[in-house]
Amino acid sequence: MKHVLRRSMIRTLGAALIASTMALPAVAQQQPAAPAAATLDAIRARGTLICGVNTGLAGFAQPDSQGVWRGFDADYCRAVAAALFNDPNKVRYVPTTAQNRFTALQSGEVDMLARNTTWTLSRDTSLGFDFPAINFYDGQGFMVKTSLGVRTARELDGATICVQPGTTTEQNLTDWARANRVNFTPVVIERLEELVTAFVAGRCDAYTTDVSGLASTRSAQARPADYLILPDVISKEPLGPLVRHGDQRFSDLVRWIHFGLVAAEELGITAANVQQMAANDTRPEVQRMLGRNGDLGRMLAVDNAWLVNVIRAVGNYGEVFERNLTPIGIQRGPNAVWPTAGGLQFAPPFR
Amino acid sequence: MSDATVDPRFRRKPPKRPLRLSWADERIRGIVWQILVVGVVGTIFYWLWSNTAHNLEVRRIATGFGFLNREAGLPIAEHVISYEPTDTYLRALTVGVLNTLKVSIVGIVLATILGTTIGIARLSKNFLVSKIASFYVEVIRDLPLLLQLLFWYTVMQGLPGPRQAFHPTEGVFLSNRGLRFPALEWEGAHTAAVVAFIAGIVLTWLYGRSARAKQMADGQPRRVWPAAIALIAGLPVVVWLAMGAPWTIEWPALRGFNFRGGANVSPEFAALLIGLVTYTAGFIAEVVRAGILAVNQGQWEAAQALGLRHGSVLRLIVLPQALRVIIPPLTSNYLSLAKNSSLAVAIGYQDIVSIANTTLNQTGQAIEGIAIIMAVYLTISLSISLFMNWYNARIALVER
Repeated sequence: MKHVLRRSMIRTLGAALIASTMALPAVAQQQPAAPAAATLDAIRARGTLICGVNTGLAGFAQPDSQGVWRGFDADYCRAVAAALFNDPNKVRYVPTTAQNRFTALQSGEVDMLARNTTWTLSRDTSLGFDFPAINFYDGQGFMVKTSLGVRTARELDGATICVQPGTTTEQNLTDWARANRVNFTPVVIERLEELVTAFVAGRCDAYTTDVSGLASTRSAQARPADYLILPDVISKEPLGPLVRHGDQRFSDLVRWIHFGLVAAEELGITAANVQQMAANDTRPEVQRMLGRNGDLGRMLAVDNAWLVNVIRAVGNYGEVFERNLTPIGIQRGPNAVWPTAGGLQFAPPFR
Repeated sequence: MSDATVDPRFRRKPPKRPLRLSWADERIRGIVWQILVVGVVGTIFYWLWSNTAHNLEVRRIATGFGFLNREAGLPIAEHVISYEPTDTYLRALTVGVLNTLKVSIVGIVLATILGTTIGIARLSKNFLVSKIASFYVEVIRDLPLLLQLLFWYTVMQGLPGPRQAFHPTEGVFLSNRGLRFPALEWEGAHTAAVVAFIAGIVLTWLYGRSARAKQMADGQPRRVWPAAIALIAGLPVVVWLAMGAPWTIEWPALRGFNFRGGANVSPEFAALLIGLVTYTAGFIAEVVRAGILAVNQGQWEAAQALGLRHGSVLRLIVLPQALRVIIPPLTSNYLSLAKNSSLAVAIGYQDIVSIANTTLNQTGQAIEGIAIIMAVYLTISLSISLFMNWYNARIALVER
């Protein structure tokens, strides 16, 4: 509870003092060069990557019993650290709420966000961010208690719905309600844990967020069978990591780490066999990817064995997915790899 | 103090000395320091401003208040004025300000009543009453407000669901969706009656003042209460009857998931209000107790010697004098109540902070959003402060 106070104070202070925090880099370099261009150098000089993650969402980012952050998003932070330092543990995780995540990235408190964030036009432009890649294709859904007897979202007319403020979820909900003439009363609580507590306590009839988030919350309940995820999906939610606009080298690196993970699955490279493949595989693309041929790594300003380091640390895309998301009941669905499994995860050529 | 009491020797002007352009001259030193301080402060502000503007531009972060006219798209559960998600951010923020004012005003009134009662109770000669009051004050003051708010919110969530709601009497339902009760269907005639009621109070006050002035002139006491009843109670009824006497009660009923119809006090509002009132009342109680104890014991004894009862002594002699001690610290308690209402974020009551946070999150206009929050709290705090200072000056000892 103290945390809430502290974090909300920090957020307010952080935003209020955005002027001074932003002012510093500009003074350091008198040239009007983009201050964000220094991200990659700053991370190298610091020796750790500062990664903004969720405050706790099973499967995506949550500390385990040892205090080690686990999950799909946490593994993306690890992958970037592995590419930069050949050490996946050189990451400092900063938990961010739906509301303070953008301020944290804008002000330079974190280097990147890997935090179930939907790619939208306004976030890409007026908020000053870049979305290097889509690492999870999602959509918004509803979860209700099975005992409520609701089977489709249209039956939710008159319901009270729990929703996290400051998300695309909140706006999709109002759009959908208007289009379908559904009246609802919102309950908006910023902290995910308290929002879920309110839903479980019966303060709301339904809880809405991305289907992956619903599956995660459902799996974390004592009796998951008491909760039902409705079949309706009311939006497209392409989730992915995001970085500050203006540092193309860093955003290129994050983008190609994602494509590297996807291509590795497509080509059958895994954490177990990556070193042997780097030494023996005769396919030209594999040789280029794993740094035996050409200098793709150097083009990204990292070690030529970058992808070997990444895959050795976290495995390929499929392994990351199966380790984190399959246990909480999320199917591969659109997140299968193209063309081998016909999904949307598609890696451009490594050449 | 009037001029007459000032020693005439001190009223003489000091001899004029020509300004010497030297560091040894006290006035020159003073001017130099002032220019220096203003210059340093001005430079710091200019530096902050220009760097922020520069960095925002470099990072391609849009600035300005243009977003206020865009469609908000955010749902708000409680609104004093009508609101739809299709309305603008400006409207949404206005709703937030009104929600903050709503909880602050109701909170200040209730906290004053509760705090004064407990402060007086703590001075009671009844052992049980005074000990209960001290226990209340010590416990409430020592627990963080946020913890108390979360406690009350958890209590609210522990209530049964709407289908098993407590149903103490016809039309009243208490559930984890809040307290539902029957409400009047509001029409123009009711608004007019409320206006007439306020006008009645003002007229009564004016009438009472002129009656007192006449009594001062000829010594004859005049009865004010018949006119007061006629104006305060009669006027609104007459207005309401004249406008067709509409009277439809809306009864809440369980339909679908929730109750519809009637009025509702949401668990979020109730938790915030209870938390703020009980917390602030603990502090106000101590302020009131200190104020009463500050009045000289001789005042009590003198009043008792005149034959006044305990209650009358308190009401007529002690409290008016205690008020002078009470008002300044009371003002800061009111201010902290208004500011503490921003903790509403934690329990999902949509006040100005909650809505401005969502707005700055959706639009990315962090600096503008924070500026709006600061401007709102500054305005509210200064208004409370000005009003209380005016009241303080009014009740201050008039020296004649």
